[in-house]
Amino acid sequence: MHRNMLCAVALAMATTSAQAQDSVREEIKELQQRLQELEKRLEQTESTATQAAVQAWSRPQTESALNPGVSVILNGVYGNFSRDPSTYRLNGFVPTMGDVAAGRRGLSLGESELAFMSNIDPMFRGTLVASISPDNSSIDVEEGYIQTIGLSNGFTIKAGRFFSAVGYQNQVHAHAWDFADTPLAMKVFLGNQLNEDGIQFKWVAPTDLYFDIGVELGRGRQFPSGVDRNKNGFGSTNLFTHLGGDLGQSIAWQTGLSHLWTSPRDRAYADLDSTGKGVVNSFTGKSRLWVLDAVLKWAPNGNPTYNNFKLQGEYFRRTENGDLTFDTASRALTDGLTSRQSGWYLQGVYQFLPQWRVGYRYDRLDSGTTHIGLVDSGALSAADFPILGGYNPKRNTLMVDWNPSEFSRIRLQFARDYSRLNQPDNQILLQYIVSLGAHGAHRF
Amino acid sequence: MKTLLKLLLASAAAVLAWPAGAALNVFACEPEWGALAQELGGDKVSVFSATTALQDPHRVEARPSLIARIRNADLLICSGSELEVGWLPLLLTQSGNDRIQPGSPGYLEASQYVVRLEIPKVIDRALGDIHPSGNPHIHLDPRNIAKVAQVLTGRLVELDHANAELYKTRADSFAKRWQSAIELWATRAAALKGVPVVVYHKDMSYFINWSGMREAGALEPKPGIPPTPSHLAELVERMQRNPAKAIVYSPYNNAKAAQFLSERAKIPDVMLPYTVGGTEKAKDLFGLFDDTIDRLRTSVK
Repeated sequence: MHRNMLCAVALAMATTSAQAQDSVREEIKELQQRLQELEKRLEQTESTATQAAVQAWSRPQTESALNPGVSVILNGVYGNFSRDPSTYRLNGFVPTMGDVAAGRRGLSLGESELAFMSNIDPMFRGTLVASISPDNSSIDVEEGYIQTIGLSNGFTIKAGRFFSAVGYQNQVHAHAWDFADTPLAMKVFLGNQLNEDGIQFKWVAPTDLYFDIGVELGRGRQFPSGVDRNKNGFGSTNLFTHLGGDLGQSIAWQTGLSHLWTSPRDRAYADLDSTGKGVVNSFTGKSRLWVLDAVLKWAPNGNPTYNNFKLQGEYFRRTENGDLTFDTASRALTDGLTSRQSGWYLQGVYQFLPQWRVGYRYDRLDSGTTHIGLVDSGALSAADFPILGGYNPKRNTLMVDWNPSEFSRIRLQFARDYSRLNQPDNQILLQYIVSLGAHGAHRF
Repeated sequence: MKTLLKLLLASAAAVLAWPAGAALNVFACEPEWGALAQELGGDKVSVFSATTALQDPHRVEARPSLIARIRNADLLICSGSELEVGWLPLLLTQSGNDRIQPGSPGYLEASQYVVRLEIPKVIDRALGDIHPSGNPHIHLDPRNIAKVAQVLTGRLVELDHANAELYKTRADSFAKRWQSAIELWATRAAALKGVPVVVYHKDMSYFINWSGMREAGALEPKPGIPPTPSHLAELVERMQRNPAKAIVYSPYNNAKAAQFLSERAKIPDVMLPYTVGGTEKAKDLFGLFDDTIDRLRTSVK
């Protein structure tokens, strides 16, 4: 507008000045040209505005416009095991109150996942991931949490049920794993995957090198805590930190350290005594777990579309001390227990063609030292605690997968698993995993 | 608990002690927006581009280094229209930064301010990796750059009021230079009018639309699905009946598929810069269009 006014003023001035008529005429001409240009631009703007308005209106005006993002994960498996998966155990380590076998024999439907996520308001974002188990038709809340998006200075708070930030893979959803099942170390130290009811505080440092530090206060609803505790306060604490960055254009890396401490109460497990009779033993005490993790991803010039490589490894170390009660149902003998155990895995996955990847994983556990008071005092013999007998499970796993798009994956996996004492198990899994609906973003 | 409290206090202290940078931190998802922010902000902005011309903006890892950068950003500028849907949402939720969340002045989705092409009538993933809001590669129509520049200037002024005059002056200067450049490009691109080209991915649509060229096919059988032998064979056949003048692809595409078709169909293949940094001459936004038009003119002669 002010240009038009300027123009008018200039015109008025031009008419009153008689001396420099020629130059004024030129000026007027120039101004007229500019006016025309402006008009032309206005026209253009108007036409785009109309077009934009048309586009805006083409979105249907329905309530569903504010529906949360919904995505569904479907997966199915064919399993071939040389040993009965229902007898699966990891010798040398206390069982984790749940099934950690790699799968079942024959064809089966895996857990279907249903996820909803959306921003709630300028302060919070909400996520619900429900898993539907195919057999007893039960629906489990795998994750259900709110997290802040309205805080500044790098702070984020998360509350509800979520995969704990202990180690690296524990936070990754099953459909995004690079192998069909979890590393052995996650099976024995986290009962496959630890999702806690709790609250997480995290802070990201204002540095170009990525650094975060955080704490989780949890209910302690799962292994390594015991059964659900009827107690105020919190039952598990996890402290974690990560460091990460880039090495040139092609390599990105991240390392993490986490420390989970819990106080299990009456954490029960089944075993056989020396006569072969089934007994239930339980542990009450303290459990401390350290996890060191590292991930390195390579892609030429940072473009993973054609070729990329991912190297991932985690080292777990746990100490437990407290009291072990033998045969809680009848004899109920109690004495001290201390154990110091560790385990690690290293895996590499290489995408050699746009839709094809191969991977190899090596797992190793060290049952370390376990002192059972009842055995040391002579009350019972080591044969009364067969599962706690010293043994170092290991496993080699190979996989190849085909990914027709970002939303589907077909994977063949072969593993030779020495989890059971002196009983190698050959495991073949053929699996499909697909995702429908909203495009989920994957963690690093 | 005590050590925990100490840690939290220490981190809070670190935040307060951090020197407040003089420049506005701009996080650009793609290099073209980084270049535009640099044009408009000059030395009052510190620009970080999350991707390079060699990276497919659809497929970027939500790397720790990106979280670190977005955490400090005052302004985020991205193409939008689901181009960054595989990584940006994760960066946003991990950032702990409320200044660049959707809805705040620090969040700018460039494609929202232009007329988008190729809005699909049918939304079904069987059609490939489609974008329900339309084609997101809007920057290859120079008129769109001018529109986004206006919006971006508004945001810079809003977020950094102290330097408002500077931003306005720079924006005026840019708009003038850009307008005359567009006129020049239009003359030079006149030779391209009606010229049929085969694209790799639908990332050239806005340029094709602006220059009046014609898309005669795509190497990808469906958006986001890599070229297959059978689809390439079909293209070769189609090119024999109805030859295109050139096969164009971006620096982040696999040149092999384009070269394969080029050899079989005897049509020149040409890599276009696609964005700033895509070729040596595409040093800035002006160079991007100069070089794109030059390369096309040379190959379709």
